[in-house]
Order: sequence, then C-alpha cells, then structure tokens
Amino acid sequence: MSAHTHRSTPSHGGDILGETGEEVIGTSAIERTAAGDVLEPEEELLTINFGPHHPATHGVLRLLVSLEGEVVRDMKPVVGYVHTGIEKNCEDKSYWKVIPFVERMDYLSYFFNMEAFCGCVERLLELEVPPRAQYLRVLHMELNRLHSHLVWLGTSALDLGAMSMFFYCFRDRDRVLDLFEMSTGQRMHTRYFQVGGVFEDIPVGFAHNLSAFCAEMPSRIDQYEAILNRNEIFLERTRNIGIVPRQRLIDLGVTGPLLRAAGEPWDLRKVTPYEAYRDFEFDIPVGTVGDGYDRYRVRVQEMRESVRIIEQALDGLPEGPWIADDRKVVLPPRDELSTSMEALIHHFKLVTEGFRVPPGEAYYAIESPRGELGCFVVADGSAKPARVHIRDPSFTNLQSLRDMCLNGYIADLIQNLAMLDPILGGIDR
Amino acid sequence: MPDAPGLELIAKELNDAADGSVLGTYHEHGQACLIVNPDRILDVLRWLRDTPGQEYRFLSSLHGVEYLPAEPRFGVVYELLNMPRAERLRIRAALADPGPDVLPELDSCVPLFAGAEFPEREVYDFFGIVFRGHPDLRRILMPEEYVGWPQRRDFPVGGEPVIFTRNEPVMPRWYE
Repeated sequence: MSAHTHRSTPSHGGDILGETGEEVIGTSAIERTAAGDVLEPEEELLTINFGPHHPATHGVLRLLVSLEGEVVRDMKPVVGYVHTGIEKNCEDKSYWKVIPFVERMDYLSYFFNMEAFCGCVERLLELEVPPRAQYLRVLHMELNRLHSHLVWLGTSALDLGAMSMFFYCFRDRDRVLDLFEMSTGQRMHTRYFQVGGVFEDIPVGFAHNLSAFCAEMPSRIDQYEAILNRNEIFLERTRNIGIVPRQRLIDLGVTGPLLRAAGEPWDLRKVTPYEAYRDFEFDIPVGTVGDGYDRYRVRVQEMRESVRIIEQALDGLPEGPWIADDRKVVLPPRDELSTSMEALIHHFKLVTEGFRVPPGEAYYAIESPRGELGCFVVADGSAKPARVHIRDPSFTNLQSLRDMCLNGYIADLIQNLAMLDPILGGIDR
Repeated sequence: MPDAPGLELIAKELNDAADGSVLGTYHEHGQACLIVNPDRILDVLRWLRDTPGQEYRFLSSLHGVEYLPAEPRFGVVYELLNMPRAERLRIRAALADPGPDVLPELDSCVPLFAGAEFPEREVYDFFGIVFRGHPDLRRILMPEEYVGWPQRRDFPVGGEPVIFTRNEPVMPRWYE
C-alpha cells in the first residue's frame, strides 16, 4: 500500500497539524506523518504545545508547533483564552458607557481604542472636535505609543536575554504612566476621550512635566540603542530572521511596524490624516530587509518620532474649548447645572439615557502601535450601538507568524513572536 | 473614498461584469458601500481586486453584522482598501436567514485575500455564517464545544451563570 495515497485517522505517531483532509501527495516529513507513514526516529515530527501559559507568549497565546528536531515544520496559533465578549457587551451599553469597555481590549494602547470608537461615533454624528481637543488627543495617543513600544521593547529584549532592558524600559514607561495619572487621573484605562473631545483640560504643571520628559526621552532611546544596536547576541538572533515578503504581508492583511519594516511606507497618520496629524512634521521609518532587526529599528525610530510629535503638539496647543459644544451629546459644564434649568435637563437626559445616534454605519481606522485599528459601528437610532466591531491589528498580524517561523529554529519562534508584538487582550477581545 | 457618482459607476460596471451582483449602494458619512448578492461575492471581490482602475488589493477588515428585525438579516462586511490611492470601499454581502436550524452560507474569500482566514473564522464563531471553501473553519475565540452563535441579536446577554464561592452551593455541579 502506498503510504502517500492513504490517509489514516489520527493514529499514534500521526501529526494532528498534518490532518488536512486532503490526499497526501508530498514526500516531506509532515505529509508522510499525516499519511500515517512510519518514519525514522530522527525524521519524526514532535508536536508540542507552546503556551498558553508561557512567559514568552506575551499573554495567553497557545501555539501548536510541529518540530523536526529543533526546526519548526508547522505552527498553528490557538487563541481565545481571554475572550470576554466585549463586542457583545457593547451592544447593551449606551454609547458613552462603551468607551471604558473598548479601552480594555488592547490593554497597552487604550487611548487608541478610545480614539477608534469615539472617532467612529463622531463620524456617525458628524460632530466636529475642537482643535484643542484634537491636539490633546494626539498628545496622549503619542504618549501611549511610547508607552506601548517601551513595554514591547522591554519584554522583547527580555525574551532575547537582555534582562536589564526590561528594567530600563519599565522605568521610562512608569514616567509615561505618571503623566497619564496627572492629566487624566488614572494610570491605565483612563476614559479620557469623550465623544466630542476630551474629558478635562490638562492640569497646571502638566506641560512642564511633559516637556521635561520629552527633553530626556531621546537620550534614553540613545541608551537603549547603545545596549542593543551593536549587541552581538541581539544581532545574531534578530538579523535575517523571520523575513516575510512585502506582498505576502499585504495579502495577509498585516499593517503597522511589521509592514513598514518590510519596506512599505504605509502609515494612516500620513495617508489619511485624522485628528490634528496634518499639522505635525514627522517621518515614517521604514525597513529594508523586513527581518526582526528591522522591526526593532522601525519601532525604536517611531518612538523618536512620537517624541517629536508630542513636542510639536505641546508647542502649538491651541487655546479654546476641549470638548464640542453640542448639548445633545456632550455633558454641560458643571457650573451651569446650578444656574440653568436647560443644562440640568440635558445633564439628566445624557446621564440616564445617553445620546442617540442617527441610523447608519461607519468605519474609522487609525494607526495604533501595532497597525490599523479600525472601529465599525452600526447605529440604529437608539442610545445603544447595534453593533461594535474592533478590527484589532494584533488579530490580523498574528496570521503572519506561521510564515515567519516556518523552517526556522524554535528559538527564532520566540524572537519572531516578540517582534510581532501581539497583545492577546486585543486578539481575543 | 469613491464619491457618490463614482460609486454608482462602480456598481454599474460591476453589474455589467457580473450580472445581478450589486443589489444596492449607499454613500453616507463620506463612505461608500456596495450591497451585493452573497452568491456573487467572490466575483465582486475578484473584479474589484483585479480590474485595472479599481485595484482594491487590501482587505483591511471583515466582520459580521446582524440587522434583526430588518431583512435580510445578516451581513458580512468587507472593508476593502486601495493602498496607492488610500481609498476605502465597503462591500456588504446581504444574507437572508435560511431558517432556524440552517446556517447561512457564502463563499470564503481566503483564495483572494489570505488574511481573511482568521476574520472569517471569527464571523463563523459569532454569527454562525458558514464560509464555503474556508481551509479551517472552526470556532476561534469561543471554546470549540460551545453551542450557539453568541453575537446574534436573539442570543441573550448574561445567559451563563457566574459562579462565586457564595453562590456555588445554590448551583451544585455547575461545571457539568
């Protein structure tokens, strides 16, 4: 009996990843294992579980990896371990109560999640956001990008053995969180963005602290690069590893630093400027090879660009209101409640029922630290969204992991995963 | 985004290329959408991807929507993107509800956009929409043995009891 035309049910020695239901035609170890063929011990595939509880998976990610010796021959991500049904729950909340919900999806880029949702609802309402609010949003989003990249840099370097990087990055990340605490009252999940603007103006002293931070941050990034850029171990582990052709990345729907590292200068802040990004001067770093090292360089360079944007936003911060003046959508100022009956009525209506959004659907995409973060909202005319969908970049980017890891060493899988920067809260939602 | 006349032009050309594929169009909030026949979805996507002058080669998002009580009940929404022109176009395949025990079906677009694999699994997982020809159509976020389609509008929120130490005695053997 020819082993290559026969397909057995998962028998002992059978490789579950190889179970395709297709007729086996090849002669590689995977296909022969799938065919139930008996292989020599040294060519047999070993399928192991990587995760879900593994410090290098950056969350609760499980990978089914088929190994031939130390070489990855097949890989399949299994996700869903931290699925919390946020999209379903959003349908049961009024619009302004959805904001803290969506923040908790991608827990490292909460300002971006808020911006995606608020921007989408503003598009449905056709509500104009005042310039000062736009600048404050950009400022906080770029701080958030720094924060997210710092966590990525620290944990990824830790995966590759550079332990001190973790401490340095978390030291600076803490300074960003301090700034968030100062301006919004919370270190994480701030609920700072509102439909129509931001919740509160920045406090006295925030500008001073922020410019001190911006003055120091570039030299910190220099220090990180001094540790890693010419570190022999780091170079050996990242250079020419995990290369996926640019066209393949586009086919897979990959966006963000991964795509830019492969040489595609695609950044939504430039191509479809939202909020106030049109006003700022910044560059889009792109890679040439598309390996792990390029991904690292692109992200580190993005941190410098973020500092540039923050400085410009702080310098050019326009005066004026920080939230739109539409009483049907935005809460009236606190001091008006004691003098104006209308303000009291509006306040009561907004707090009890929320605002209504005219029927329609809209998609609003922004550039999060991981790529295109899109929000799709269907409104049915009531005070609750009929459907909220977040297109999370980690979810789509994860599909490229198999291409990166195939026929590489299992140690490179760790590196590829680190440079992919998945956030499982965003993947599972 | 194509403007409103541009959208009508695309709809007309599409109807010439694939007869009866476009059921309707709308243009709102600066965004254009084609409502298409789910049986022709692959023709539509292929035409939009490959025709010179269209070239929507990037599928940025794919998601399911339910419009209950409106008809047709389901929608699968494709957010297409033309990267050089930075133009987006939304395609909605309008799927009717085939009845209580039958799942709605349409063709998988994984052969055209490899990145649709996970999003299609997600739509299947939450709405019970079957994608014909998908390489690995299983639940992705819910547990594999889960019964029901949780994001359909007739699926209640909070349907599962949450077990705490205080109410565990009231719900004995809850884990079964």
